[in-house]
Amino acid sequence: MSSNTPSSSAGGVGSADSSAPRRNSKRPKYSKFTQQELPACKPILTPRWVISAFILVSIVFIPIGVVSLFASQDVVEIIDRYETECVPQDFRNNKVSFIQSDANKTCTRRLTVTKRMKQPIYVYYQLDNFYQNHRRYVKSRSDSQLKDNSSWNDVSSCKPEDDSNGQPIVPCGLIAWSLFNDTYNFSLNNQQLAVNKTEISWKSDRDSKFGNDVFPRNFQNGTLIGGKSLDPTVPLSEQEDLIVWMRTAALPTFRKLYGKIERDLQPNEVIHVTLENNYNTYSFNGKKKLVLSTTSWLGGKNDFLGIAYLTVGGLCFFLALSFTVVYLVKPRRLGDPSYLSWNRNPGGQ
Amino acid sequence: MAKGRIRRKLLKSHLYTFCLYPGAAGKAGQSVGGPGFSRIVHCNEPQMHSQKPFKYRANDISTTKYSFLSFLPKGLYEQFNRVANLYFLGCAIASLTPLSPFSAVSMIAPLAFVVGLSMAKEALEDWRRFMQDMEVNSRKVKVHTGEGAFNKTAWQNVRVGDVVRVEKDQFFPSDLLLLSSNYEDGICYVETMNLDGETNLKAKRALEVTLDLDEDEDFKNFKGVIKCEDPNPSLYTFVGNLEYNGQVYAIDPSQILLRDSKLRNTAFVYGIVIFTGHDSKVMQNSTKSPSKRSRIERKMDYIIYVLFSVLLVISLISSFGFAVEIKYNMPEWWFMRPQQADEYYNPNEPVTSGISHMVTALMLYGYLIPISLYVSIEVVKVLQASFINQDILMYDEDTGIPAQARTSNLNEELGQVDTILSDKTGTLTCNQMDFLKCSIAGTAYGSSSSDIELAAEQQLTNDHVNKVELEAVVSSLGEKDHKSPIKGFNFEDSHLMKGNWLREPKVEDIILFFRILAVCHTAIPELNEETGTYTYEAESPDEGAFLVAAREFGFEFFQRTQSSVIVREKYTASGKPIDREYKILNVLEFTSKRKRMTVIVRDEDGQILLMCKGADSIIFDRLSKDGRLYQADTTRHLNEYGEAGLRTLALAYKKLEESEYSAWNTEFQKAKTSIGADRDIMLEKAAEMMERDLILIGATAVEDKLQKGVPKCIDKLAQAGLKLWVLTGDKMETAINIGYACSLLRQGMKQICIQANDSDSIEKIKGDILKQINNGLQTIKDEKDPYAAFAVIIDGKTLAYALEDDMKHRFLDLGVQCASVICCRVSPKQKALVTRLVKEGTGKTTLAIGDGANDVGMIQEADIGVGISGVEGMQAVMASDFSVAQFRFLERLLVVHGHWCYKRIAQMICYFFYKNIAFGLTLFYFEAFTGFSGQSVYDDWYMLFNVVLTSLPVISLGVLEQDVSSEVCLEFPAIYQQGPRNLFFDWYRILGWMGNGLLASLIIFFLNIVIFYNQAFRIGGQTADMTALGTTMFTCIIWSLNIQIALTMSHFTWIQHATIWGSIVTWYLFLAVYGALSPDISGNAYQILVEALAPAPMYWTTTLLVAITCNLPYMAHIAYQRCLEPMDHHIIQEIKYYRKDVEDQHMWNREQSKGRQKTKIGFTARVEAKIRLLQSKMHKKQ
Repeated sequence: MSSNTPSSSAGGVGSADSSAPRRNSKRPKYSKFTQQELPACKPILTPRWVISAFILVSIVFIPIGVVSLFASQDVVEIIDRYETECVPQDFRNNKVSFIQSDANKTCTRRLTVTKRMKQPIYVYYQLDNFYQNHRRYVKSRSDSQLKDNSSWNDVSSCKPEDDSNGQPIVPCGLIAWSLFNDTYNFSLNNQQLAVNKTEISWKSDRDSKFGNDVFPRNFQNGTLIGGKSLDPTVPLSEQEDLIVWMRTAALPTFRKLYGKIERDLQPNEVIHVTLENNYNTYSFNGKKKLVLSTTSWLGGKNDFLGIAYLTVGGLCFFLALSFTVVYLVKPRRLGDPSYLSWNRNPGGQ
Repeated sequence: MAKGRIRRKLLKSHLYTFCLYPGAAGKAGQSVGGPGFSRIVHCNEPQMHSQKPFKYRANDISTTKYSFLSFLPKGLYEQFNRVANLYFLGCAIASLTPLSPFSAVSMIAPLAFVVGLSMAKEALEDWRRFMQDMEVNSRKVKVHTGEGAFNKTAWQNVRVGDVVRVEKDQFFPSDLLLLSSNYEDGICYVETMNLDGETNLKAKRALEVTLDLDEDEDFKNFKGVIKCEDPNPSLYTFVGNLEYNGQVYAIDPSQILLRDSKLRNTAFVYGIVIFTGHDSKVMQNSTKSPSKRSRIERKMDYIIYVLFSVLLVISLISSFGFAVEIKYNMPEWWFMRPQQADEYYNPNEPVTSGISHMVTALMLYGYLIPISLYVSIEVVKVLQASFINQDILMYDEDTGIPAQARTSNLNEELGQVDTILSDKTGTLTCNQMDFLKCSIAGTAYGSSSSDIELAAEQQLTNDHVNKVELEAVVSSLGEKDHKSPIKGFNFEDSHLMKGNWLREPKVEDIILFFRILAVCHTAIPELNEETGTYTYEAESPDEGAFLVAAREFGFEFFQRTQSSVIVREKYTASGKPIDREYKILNVLEFTSKRKRMTVIVRDEDGQILLMCKGADSIIFDRLSKDGRLYQADTTRHLNEYGEAGLRTLALAYKKLEESEYSAWNTEFQKAKTSIGADRDIMLEKAAEMMERDLILIGATAVEDKLQKGVPKCIDKLAQAGLKLWVLTGDKMETAINIGYACSLLRQGMKQICIQANDSDSIEKIKGDILKQINNGLQTIKDEKDPYAAFAVIIDGKTLAYALEDDMKHRFLDLGVQCASVICCRVSPKQKALVTRLVKEGTGKTTLAIGDGANDVGMIQEADIGVGISGVEGMQAVMASDFSVAQFRFLERLLVVHGHWCYKRIAQMICYFFYKNIAFGLTLFYFEAFTGFSGQSVYDDWYMLFNVVLTSLPVISLGVLEQDVSSEVCLEFPAIYQQGPRNLFFDWYRILGWMGNGLLASLIIFFLNIVIFYNQAFRIGGQTADMTALGTTMFTCIIWSLNIQIALTMSHFTWIQHATIWGSIVTWYLFLAVYGALSPDISGNAYQILVEALAPAPMYWTTTLLVAITCNLPYMAHIAYQRCLEPMDHHIIQEIKYYRKDVEDQHMWNREQSKGRQKTKIGFTARVEAKIRLLQSKMHKKQ
């Protein structure tokens, strides 16, 4: 085919080896973070740590428990359950019809002070089996309406208690509509015991959530009357019963503040309570209690907290002891290589 | 050719006898034009292809998953393919209805965040792929633009029919028809490593009619039509013909240059573009890389299912409870106006209400399913991957390439690898040969004893096995990359260097030996003008190494003409260099079947010499009676070399009489020019006639250079309990050599070679193989010596049968019981099949590592694919999940990063489930107290906040936790076994964590409600409403969870401190800020912290009580576990903590060596075997 042309020249062949210049730009930059060498403390759970941790917990917890128990013991509490007794005998079989009737619901109770109660004495009502935390109930309110007069017709979230004859209700919603309406009047030795019903709600609620220019409108004037009526001349920010009630309780059993008695009560003093038993808890078998209680720095009478602290503290002490025993009975030298898996299962070597 | 070229032209084809001749030409072309063979290419008229019917695909390639348009729909589809995301989508939609217990924003925001983040990650990864495609598409090649002018054009603009000029060391931009090359006879060499992994060059040859087209101007008026097959994935076939100058010529595969192969040893070629872009054979071969998920993630799905079931169950309970309440109690709850209830609360239709409540419940308890888990895991994995990318110790200084985690999905899988399947060339070895030793006339030259012998002896002299020294030897192995300045030559022996051989006895033989090295080859010298030395373009690196060696010994091959080889001999008796010319009479080149190469030359004295080099067994069979003088010594040396993993060849020669030669030559020429099927056989026979009665002169040992640090890395990986299978496309001998060099094989190891006999019927072959496998299994079973080790070596052909369904499990059994498995001559597909067999057969995690396109299948098939980057072809890297520049980085990648990532992810997921159970169940308990109405005790925004805030400490755990430092990981490879044994993510542990979560939820909820339900919680007499209780409970949760995670961690940097403390502090800040917002937004949470809770001691004492109580059980558990059943990392932490490793070095070293997994491969095992051997010898002597 083609002629054979050997040639002496060796040109034309080969290009310089393309040894590209070192591209160090890709070299990762050194930093302790990227190299995962950040200084770190690596605590390990030595027996000493374990025991001291448990001891420490019990040292902290037991005193707290004791202190809380004492605080709780200091609290004097008078509880009076009245929902049955305040129904006349002949209505006892049909309490619902009694509560829905127009009968006189006044009822008198006698409370005996067991221990000296220092003022202020808080008056609570406690309801039971009342699902204030039910979603349908909780949602049925309009915060914007409560706060601001200008949005008084913002009742979209209040169904089914949003309007009455086409007029928006203020305050709307099931919560407000079902406002607790039992009233208590206290007298001691035939003297009226004043119940201070101011400042029983959160200040922030009065100041910011319930407007002082918002007045009740069309409230409880529908066909169904739920609970308490409100004085349309008093702004919501001063309707403290409502404000307290609107703070829905977390559980079906709850206490709400009714007022304060700003006077010390002595042991064996007998308080006469004249109460209007208006609120219907009978349809759902709810209990009603009237509670008079002092508070400690920790709040109300709450033995459980102290007991819990003591229990956990005791448990920790016990754990500390048992670990001490374990470490003594079956000591393991820390970092003892004979516990490494390959030394424990001699099959490995 | 009258133009009087200056360019040197060589008819390379004259060097070849066996290959390159089309075996059965003429068969092609018949089917052209029929179905499947419709492609028509108008050569040099690419404009013809701009419209139908000749419009073919463009040459740009795209490997991206999405396009700009499809990203949104396809990406969203992928995201919502996840069950959990779909569930959250459902929740988000339902949150727009009144059924939702939460505000719509608090449901939609986290979902949008999670999906958005995942999609951003997808987009980023796809963008990277896009950039890679762009890089390939914009590579330049010279394309004929008319009038004989060639211009550089981007690959993507190359069209079918274009004439391209490809230059040396360039890749072909598409599948080309070879027209001509710089060699007169149109031969060119291509490297197909990217296609099939074979390292030797392949010769391609142009059609004779197109040979004249070898200058740019020749293409001015070039026209032709190619009719050929349609695009298909078969790499080794091609059917088509070329119509040129009115005649039709058949084209066969030897004229086809495939995309992604590379032009070597050839200055330039011209070619016509036939298949472009995705039509090219290599692209047709590529498969979509499967998306891989790690074992942990798959198990996590099961946990999600468990949680879903829990969710369903509690939702059902909840709906049932709700329906019951609605039916029986609701009518009595006058305060809820049951008469006016809407459909969701209708006492008359409790079933409907119950069903609709199911939706509410599913949303409410949705916090059981950690929506933030996915996004946290993504974040953690991306950060972990960036640590891998940033690791300086995995950065290769030589190539400037850092390690790269190409997908971040599999980080933790790295910690659970059981079997590594490795490619050889380019992965274990550099594909560079160094001339290391030789044996001439029965005398061995070259540096003496091997490293292994050295190490064993050293150890024996010490009474106790001292790990430090072994370590020193092993590491010196890695560093002992003799800084030899000459590539391909690593010979140290003063007897031969610098002409000293002149003073050796048997100098005649030595001269002859070197002459054979310098003459018996097919390489071409090339003058490097800068240094003035010659480099060689050889077909195989071995040959190059021989020539370099010959040059260094003073026999410099510097010129090849068409018919002769000229060698300059530097050291002569006269002291002056002499050029000697050898007329090449015949070349019988190397093929894998012949395993030898012979040249017949006439030297200047007219003496005809036959020089032969080949595999020792082949040469020894062909020696004459008096040619065996050195056979005994040479054999001994060959065995030594073989043991050291060197590649050996024996050299022999014979002198021929003129008459003898010419008689044979006529015979040979007759065979050569014959046509037909028996041509090969005749040639073979002729060659056989000549290649006998040889005289052995010596042997060479060439080191197939291992990559830096490979033996040490294999040693460590073996100690970590990993198994290594080598799958190579190379031939068996080479593979065995490498086996020795890597210590996968050693003297005394029983090799079970499984080989099939070619000629038998399939049935018989299969039976035979099965018998061999069963024999192997039996031998292993019968073996009494506990130290006995076995190796299976199998070749591709046999493997094809062994991988068939009926036999593969037997084969796998055998493979699993052997210390090492080497498969040779395996095709890319077989690599993938073996990988699948191991993966599915053993059910354990496999990792495949390779560098070439032939490894792509295996890389995609394995649980984890690792590509070696730095070599030029990128296919393996593109298909891989991780890429490292060198095999040795695998050790750090697995033993350090893998181990850490595994533990981090495992702990993180466990903790997440704990956290969500602890949190989610409190919602459920609360339900029971609200008449199952679906009211949440927490504010909506707390929940959202929870998603973000409590995730940060977990993320810091997932990113930064270290049970032991990286040094310890490397020192105690045995700790790695915690991963493959899955100690940290077994059901026992997962259920334990879930139980812990359950306990925590009970403690948190009931302590809180008992404390708060009716009593005043402040000195001011106020009782807690739902918000106060919810907020206190949430505070308790925040504290408990954070204390819990602090107990879980063992490594605190400032970041962990910052996230944990930050999470707590931010919670209070959030409460304060949220409470300060207008009550329109914060609702009942207005001023909750500042006014109501913070001043109340009850709030703080409750927090303390609950937070501590929640963590007591876990604390007691870990203290107990650490005391009585410590795990390895506990002990090592303690040793480190008390600095015992510094004080008691002896113990530390002893434990390191004891902690190794029992292994039979690797350098250390080999040294130990050697020691046992020597010890038993000493016993015998005594």
